Amino acid sequence: MRRITSALMATLITTTGAFAEPVDDTLILNEETEMVMRTAAPEHLSEVMDEVMSGWLFRGTETRAMQSDDFDNPGMIFVEQAQEVWNVADGTEGKSCASCHNDMDSMAGVKATYPKWNEAAGEVRTLQMQVNDCRTERMGAEAWKYDSGVAINMEAALASVSRGMPVNVAIDGPAQSAWELGKELYYTRTGQLELSCANCHEDNYGMMIRADHLSQGQINGFPVYRLKNTKLNGSHSRFKGCIRDTRAETYSAGSPEFVALELYVASRGNGLSVEGPSIRN
Amino acid sequence: MASGVKPRVKVPKTAAVGEAVTIKTLISHPMESGQRKDKDGNTIPRSIINRFTCDFNGENVLDVKMEPAISTNPFFEFEATVPEAGEFKFTWYDDDGSVYEETKTITIG
Repeated sequence: MRRITSALMATLITTTGAFAEPVDDTLILNEETEMVMRTAAPEHLSEVMDEVMSGWLFRGTETRAMQSDDFDNPGMIFVEQAQEVWNVADGTEGKSCASCHNDMDSMAGVKATYPKWNEAAGEVRTLQMQVNDCRTERMGAEAWKYDSGVAINMEAALASVSRGMPVNVAIDGPAQSAWELGKELYYTRTGQLELSCANCHEDNYGMMIRADHLSQGQINGFPVYRLKNTKLNGSHSRFKGCIRDTRAETYSAGSPEFVALELYVASRGNGLSVEGPSIRN
Repeated sequence: MASGVKPRVKVPKTAAVGEAVTIKTLISHPMESGQRKDKDGNTIPRSIINRFTCDFNGENVLDVKMEPAISTNPFFEFEATVPEAGEFKFTWYDDDGSVYEETKTITIG
């Protein structure tokens, strides 16, 4: 009897579950840089998963191919726009980003470590916050609105020069309290649907959510170029979209809650390659 | 008048005689369809790239008519046979009368 039940159960599982397993594929960028798309989960995730996987592995063949060549990647159009902005002086000091940082290639590796603790400010900062700090404090320019076009393009440009480097955000030391807050938010159920990030992206990745594949919700590919809105999208805007979909009131982009969540989610992808600007649905 | 329009082309630098090379082209353009309305309910006028051509040493290789359903930043990838060394010329025609051009030389090697 027991045997029959388990056989029946097995049938039920295979027929009722809609599986959308990640593909077995590797991204080689511009035929030279091999990207790490799956790797052993970081230490702090050892109890919940063995392997972390980029969202790229959960996308279709054509979408994956678009990301393999910079010419085919529409996100690079916005990167180019930001590279122009990089060299243009703005604000009362008459400085551009390039005045201090020279060529943008000098920023290689920066994106991989953000969000990051800023000792002088006594807070964890995302890359966009740091860019705005430069704008207001050094350039005498106005801060860019969080996740606005110009800000997200700059974040993508900074990500693009770090592509292929492993995400490596610090979660201990002074950043720990923000990380803990982010973790709490990740596991807190929100909205009328009472869903936490973990309910979809930890418990059910590889399954379908309506017509779409559920990924692990990694943010190593952010900012992402989404085919649905033909522009770059920031991780905070993505968080907002997800929380809204649980039918909850969301935090706003750039809020301390989302900064903490970004740090936590980024730390779940420690070891994966920086991919931004990546291509997703 | 569409802003931020910039053509881009990727052509191999060399080819063998008679070889079919892959050419990729992209032009950043909003491709406003003319079907959308702004916040006040007024129709946003159509502004698209309506034609794209590729010529090799004066001979036409490709001539594409484009319609409003084509998405933003139109991308074309096609193959062209290279009979001799020469120059590819790419031309995009905008609704507003602007013409964007790009040329790439290719050698036989």
